Amino acid sequence: METKTGYTLHHPKWHREDKPIFWWVKRWVYIGFIFRELTSVAIAYFAILMILAYRALQSGPEAYAELMGCLSHPAMIVINVLALGAALYHSITWFNLSPKAMVVRLGNWRVPDIMIAGGNYAGWLFISAVITAAYILG
Amino acid sequence: MAEETITIEVLRYLPEDGAEPVLQEYEVPLRADWVVLDALNHIKDHIDGTLSYRWSCRMGVCGSCGMMVNGEPVLTCAAFLTKFAPGPIRVEPLDHFPVVRDLVVEMTDFVDKIKHVKPWVIREEEKPLEEGEFKQTPAELSDFKAYTMCINCMLCYSACPVYGLEPGFTGPAALALAQRYNLDNRDEGNDERMELLSNDEGIWSCTMVGECSEACPKGVDPAGAIQRYKLAGAADWWKSLIMKKGR
Repeated sequence: METKTGYTLHHPKWHREDKPIFWWVKRWVYIGFIFRELTSVAIAYFAILMILAYRALQSGPEAYAELMGCLSHPAMIVINVLALGAALYHSITWFNLSPKAMVVRLGNWRVPDIMIAGGNYAGWLFISAVITAAYILG
Repeated sequence: MAEETITIEVLRYLPEDGAEPVLQEYEVPLRADWVVLDALNHIKDHIDGTLSYRWSCRMGVCGSCGMMVNGEPVLTCAAFLTKFAPGPIRVEPLDHFPVVRDLVVEMTDFVDKIKHVKPWVIREEEKPLEEGEFKQTPAELSDFKAYTMCINCMLCYSACPVYGLEPGFTGPAALALAQRYNLDNRDEGNDERMELLSNDEGIWSCTMVGECSEACPKGVDPAGAIQRYKLAGAADWWKSLIMKKGR
């Protein structure tokens, strides 16, 4: 979008403050925001891990055993636990925000925020339960 | 007994000097019923008449007296001195805007952005006056009423780091205003605004820091408005994809 500032052309020089690269360390809220943005890396990490596991499964038992061997290394366990924590934090804060984006009306009644977030959590639990059941039974 | 005082540090910029802004200290009476704006008026009237700042209504309606007070964007008419005692209180111009002089910022960019979102009722076809007014129920009004409370004080733009980093971003107040009309049952301009705002400088620039809603003195919740807009934008994109495939 172009800004038209024609009528201020001959105005004395304005002062503009550039945003420093570490602007976000000024306030805790901004630090929290940057931390949450960084937790997206954990989500991407798990997505890539899932693709690798799928590929290993396709390639046969040896490739799968090799991947599992790699993942059972203590360093990988530490990384995965940290990534799990970050991914859980990202997902929970995401679900807590969902009522902001979703405004559901049934007639004149607006569905309360807690029910919107609750619905998302219930869906998450349900899908997790189905996957776990498939794993145990399969 | 001498009256208790508090120090106000004002960031002053004098364009004729061409120098960088500097902090200037003033001692003002610390009175229980004084807000930061009263302190600035005291300075202007009794200490230093050259201090420049904007104000008008003194009751949180006009949106003119927004400034950074101790690093937070606030309406100075609603910020009591006692809240910051024993001080000092640092008063600076609103973040992310060019400074014209002292505490006065340049707001053309903001005004252009407000105009950009077409903040008026758009009708595909105007109905003749004889057909009467457009009716609206209280429930329909409640859909967007909160978004009508904006006083254009620009605090949300100062609280938004995205606007600070990417000045092209349409910004919180303008996007909330667009939603105010999108959700109005008399308006038919949804598609027109979506075309303008569903892009990198519009709704998709918002990374949901959420500070715009915290800073808003009128409870508008621009962050919520933008998230709703994003959901509508995503639904619109899927719809257009399916329509294209269906052809």
